[in-house]
Amino acid sequence: MPISDGHKSGHAADAAFKGVSFFFAFAVMALLSAIIFVLIKESWLSIGKFGLGFLVSSTWDPVQGVFGALPAVWGTVVSSVIAIIIAVPISLGNAIFLTETAPKGIKGPIGAAIELLASIPSIIYGMWGLFVFAPFIAENVEPFMIERLGFIPLFRGAPLGVGMLPAGFILAIMIIPFISSVARDVFLMVPPILKESGYAVGATKWEVIWKVVIPFAKSGIMGAVILGLGRALGETMAVTFIIGNSQRISLELLNPGTSISAALANEFTEAVEDIYLSSLVELGLILFVITFVVLAAAKLMIARSSYRPYSGGAR
Amino acid sequence: MKKYLNILIVLTVCFGGASIAFAAGLINGAGATFPYPLYAKWAYEYNKKTGAKMNYQSIGSGGGIKQIKAKTVDFGASDAPLTAKDLDDSGLIQFPMAVGGVVPVVNIAGVKSGQMKLSAEALSDVYLGKIKKWNDVKIASLNPGVTLPDDSITVVHRSDGSGTTWIFTNYLDKVSKGWHEKVGFGTAVDWPTGVGGKGNEGVATYVKRIKNTIGYVEYAYAIQNKLAHARMENKEKNFVEPSMEGFMAAAANADWKGTPGFAVVLTDQGGKNAWPIAGATFIIVQKAPASCANTKEVFGFFDWAYRDGVDMAKSLDYVPIPQPVYTVMEDAWAKEVKCGGQGVWKR
Repeated sequence: MPISDGHKSGHAADAAFKGVSFFFAFAVMALLSAIIFVLIKESWLSIGKFGLGFLVSSTWDPVQGVFGALPAVWGTVVSSVIAIIIAVPISLGNAIFLTETAPKGIKGPIGAAIELLASIPSIIYGMWGLFVFAPFIAENVEPFMIERLGFIPLFRGAPLGVGMLPAGFILAIMIIPFISSVARDVFLMVPPILKESGYAVGATKWEVIWKVVIPFAKSGIMGAVILGLGRALGETMAVTFIIGNSQRISLELLNPGTSISAALANEFTEAVEDIYLSSLVELGLILFVITFVVLAAAKLMIARSSYRPYSGGAR
Repeated sequence: MKKYLNILIVLTVCFGGASIAFAAGLINGAGATFPYPLYAKWAYEYNKKTGAKMNYQSIGSGGGIKQIKAKTVDFGASDAPLTAKDLDDSGLIQFPMAVGGVVPVVNIAGVKSGQMKLSAEALSDVYLGKIKKWNDVKIASLNPGVTLPDDSITVVHRSDGSGTTWIFTNYLDKVSKGWHEKVGFGTAVDWPTGVGGKGNEGVATYVKRIKNTIGYVEYAYAIQNKLAHARMENKEKNFVEPSMEGFMAAAANADWKGTPGFAVVLTDQGGKNAWPIAGATFIIVQKAPASCANTKEVFGFFDWAYRDGVDMAKSLDYVPIPQPVYTVMEDAWAKEVKCGGQGVWKR
């Protein structure tokens, strides 16, 4: 076969491939815009009726047809923040252990086990949370917490085993694999020469980790954390099972609350009235905006960390 | 599209047994989740008997109502009756298929099933958050001889919109002025207090796992989960046990004929043995259906279910519709549902 023919068909294939790949990339963008469009369109009724008041009202009364997003937004943010506070130290510890101090033989199995956690469907976490975790902490942890830490309002409330704090715990377990595997990859990107230089000037392992590895990987770690946050914000089934599903705002974290995704999972099927449905869709829109902003921030930070291979270092 | 349809038909002929499949066809319904196990059981048995196929999607009452209004299904199903006006506006009729009883269940150490007695006032005050402890005088005075703990009551309600909640809150709305003013009734309400469990099973789990709780579940769940139920004071001031007979009494005592659109609500019905927190689950069809043949099938199916499905319903802890009631319904089918001036349903 003459070479030129090959080239010709190659060009045609190239063009076709370019077209096809452009089409798929475009399709994703189109889909995203369509989702935003539909969310706005469907929530228009509620946006028109409640306006910005929707964001700050804490009434959620399907009987009267009066809705406000504050309890759900509050619950979404608070449960996710609790999850981050618990998950970040554990995940970073994991990642440091796996990249810096773990003996070769157990690196693989532990890393695999953590990633396996990520593959457990969230409904399993929810059921485990409801049937095992909630009764356990209701009996053993929460009464103790109320007695010893109850002077801080955050640790008060009803010891039911379900509520904002337990939801945060379950979310933490769910996002640990995400944060630790991204953090591990970021730590692996730290150039060995930097670490070796640290050791060469007599730094201990502790000093190398704290003064070389972590500062170098700082924005990558932030990205990992926000990625975890993004996942926690949108998590539905596990939270629905254990958050307590009460449309109320309470500073006492043992009390039941709700989140946007839990409210949607609970109420969508039986929402008959237009304004009810529209308000639920607007909740969805709010969640979309929150997660979108958070994930965009994460992408930005991870991108910044990987584009500065040698300029970062210990500052 | 047409090609696929042809293939589908060929497949149906090959595998479905040609004559039966064509004679009977496939009917589609969608709606309430509560009666799903019952409809599925009926559909299975009916299919064995006649070859007719019924496909029921338990997407929730809201979805069912929307779909039958849009005529995308042959029948819709709802746990709460539509109002007569709503039915007229959309050209629909509804009829009850089964009765459900909602049962307050408690978890208090030392209190056995059926031991706790509750009045309408006590129950509504607990759910309003006005009665906070089990040994409150309003509860204690109803229960002399029962040791009630000095512990906070944890109220459990449904977190998802549901017909069960509709029935329960409708009852509280009828019997308590405070509830009527503050909360009202619906498939989901703004609960003054408590935690929400998803589904009957969610509420049952919370009541089982958390101490000093009170919740409300469908009768079947109370039985199957062996939860301790309370006895309720009914309209005639009798304390009654939740039972099939009590629910049927509520259904039989209701004035079906005189209620426009059969929008009968079975809460707080009179009758010596009537259980006060009961409600029917409804089937909704178009008065001028998109497919007359299918609607005829729908009626055939539900007629069979009324008559021959009684034992299946009871075996699944559903309460069948009493005979005098379904006779009224079938008269209405014959009178109201028409295709080209002709009645769709004939006995």
